[in-house]
Amino acid sequence: MMTEAALDHPSEAATRSATLDLTSGQQVVAPAAIQLRGIGRSYEGPNGTVVALRDVDLDVRRGEFCVIVGPSGCGKTTLLRMLAGLDQPTTGAISFPATDGAPPANAMVFQGRSVFPWLSVRDNIAYGLKLRGAPRKVRQARADALMEMVGLSRFAKAYPHQLSEGMRQRVAIARALAVDPDLLLMDEPFGALDEQTRFLLQEELLRIWEETRKTVIFVTHSIDEALTLADRVVVMTAHPGTIKAVIPIPFARPRTLAAVRSDPEFARLFTRIWDLLRQDVQAARAAGVAT
Amino acid sequence: MSRQSRRAIELTLTASAPAIILAVWEVLSRTGRIDPLFWPAPSTLWPTFLDLLRDGDLLTDIRVSLVRILGGFLLGAIPGVLLGLAMGLFWPIRVFVMPIATAVYAIPKIAVLPLVIIALGTGEASKWTIVAISIFFLVVLNTMSGVLAIDPSFRDVAKNFGASRAQMFTTVALPGALPAIFTGLRLGLGFSLIVIVGAEFLAAKEGIGHLIWESYSILAIKKMYVGLILTGILGWLLTLSLDLLENLVLPWRPAR
Ligand SMILES: Nc1ncnc2c1ncn2[C@@H]1O[C@H](COP(=O)(O)OP(=O)(O)O)[C@@H](O)[C@H]1O
Ligand SMILES: [Mg+2]
Repeated sequence: MMTEAALDHPSEAATRSATLDLTSGQQVVAPAAIQLRGIGRSYEGPNGTVVALRDVDLDVRRGEFCVIVGPSGCGKTTLLRMLAGLDQPTTGAISFPATDGAPPANAMVFQGRSVFPWLSVRDNIAYGLKLRGAPRKVRQARADALMEMVGLSRFAKAYPHQLSEGMRQRVAIARALAVDPDLLLMDEPFGALDEQTRFLLQEELLRIWEETRKTVIFVTHSIDEALTLADRVVVMTAHPGTIKAVIPIPFARPRTLAAVRSDPEFARLFTRIWDLLRQDVQAARAAGVAT
Repeated sequence: MSRQSRRAIELTLTASAPAIILAVWEVLSRTGRIDPLFWPAPSTLWPTFLDLLRDGDLLTDIRVSLVRILGGFLLGAIPGVLLGLAMGLFWPIRVFVMPIATAVYAIPKIAVLPLVIIALGTGEASKWTIVAISIFFLVVLNTMSGVLAIDPSFRDVAKNFGASRAQMFTTVALPGALPAIFTGLRLGLGFSLIVIVGAEFLAAKEGIGHLIWESYSILAIKKMYVGLILTGILGWLLTLSLDLLENLVLPWRPAR
């Protein structure tokens, strides 16, 4: 069993992947795909300034499955939106050392309902490709392959209102994958699902990730979801939103839910993360903040 | 419940309300409970209807009114949808137009008819115009609220995929606002009929409103009723056509 290397603050060493260069025999450090330094974001509200995020430092490696877990309002969505380029930090900087500064092509699976009700399953999935002017044949082929991947082939012509919530989330995920992004951003994609459906989709996502090995930044408020999926869990706390710890998750891949949950390490990690969050959740409750 | 049996029940319910009213009316009129001079039994209207049909006057009246309704409707609805979309998308336009829209919306449009007649005379132009005026802001306001009601996450999705302004409009704003646009159009179509009948009372030589008003003036009560009933049927048919169009354009909406 790997030793737990949780840090009270993420440091360079822990967040970079160290590999051995065989030709020179020296250890080289692969530059991070995404590097956040001193990220802060505040909003001007009716009751003055709300600090949504403060002093966020994080490095994400290429091909890593990084899960951010934290209570409501700790700035998880804000962070993802900044990574997607939909919002700008008020302080700090995001850089992309691995690609010499060029931001990776990203696609986001949004929190809540984001599947277009006016498009069929196939057209929803092909949406990004259509915007990019991909020829019809290419769009069709890609959408068909993805429907196959998420098990929706029979529903190609169905509209979202004819699907279950779980199927709609599959469409949202397939739509993001359709443009073949380097970085997949997922904002509580399974938050609205019943538990069994959530388990199924978690396993499906693990399988898809094994096939594609994309860089994933996945937001959740569920500790066990984080443990099931992540290479590393980023624990955030609120008021103001900041990173409390980054915890490497040692479970072997390819993973199954059963294997992860029956590992004794699971309970230990769960307790550790819960201890980090508990204080914050209790403080929020005492302050009368909805969690 | 199967689809067919639901459809059968729907049709029965749809047809039974007018049938019941006509039956009660027939009985009351024939038994003298209501004065047959002013409430002629529906069955006695049939010969009058056939006479009017034979003259050709009736068909002319219907055609003339229909052209006015559709012409005025398009004249008001097309710019109404465009302005409504612009108001929904761009807040300066919204803030600029809103006071006028809400104020003019509240004026009973038939009250503007004298002004329209002064400006355009009593010809077809003034008929189209009064209809267009009556429905314009109705369509504008419904379209605008349709755009404003679109879930912002749809815009985020489009932006995330790199949508241009034009693509944002055609793939999010327009389809997202279409249900509300249709609500505006349906209300507008109803208003078109109301207003054109009113306008034809006051200033027309042809049209269903003219038929009703002229029959009333010479106390041709049965002719008047034929005109009234036809107005109702016309309104029903117009709404039905719009419903069909809506089902064609919005196949993605849950059935109601
Ligand atoms: N557009 C906004 N305007 C004002 N405050 C905002 C806005 N977006 C988020 N916030 C605030 O920032 C904080 C973090 O929000 P968010 O990132 O949505 O949290 P999470 O996704 O973790 O629940 C919250 O206190 C929220 O009220
Ligand atoms: Mg959120």
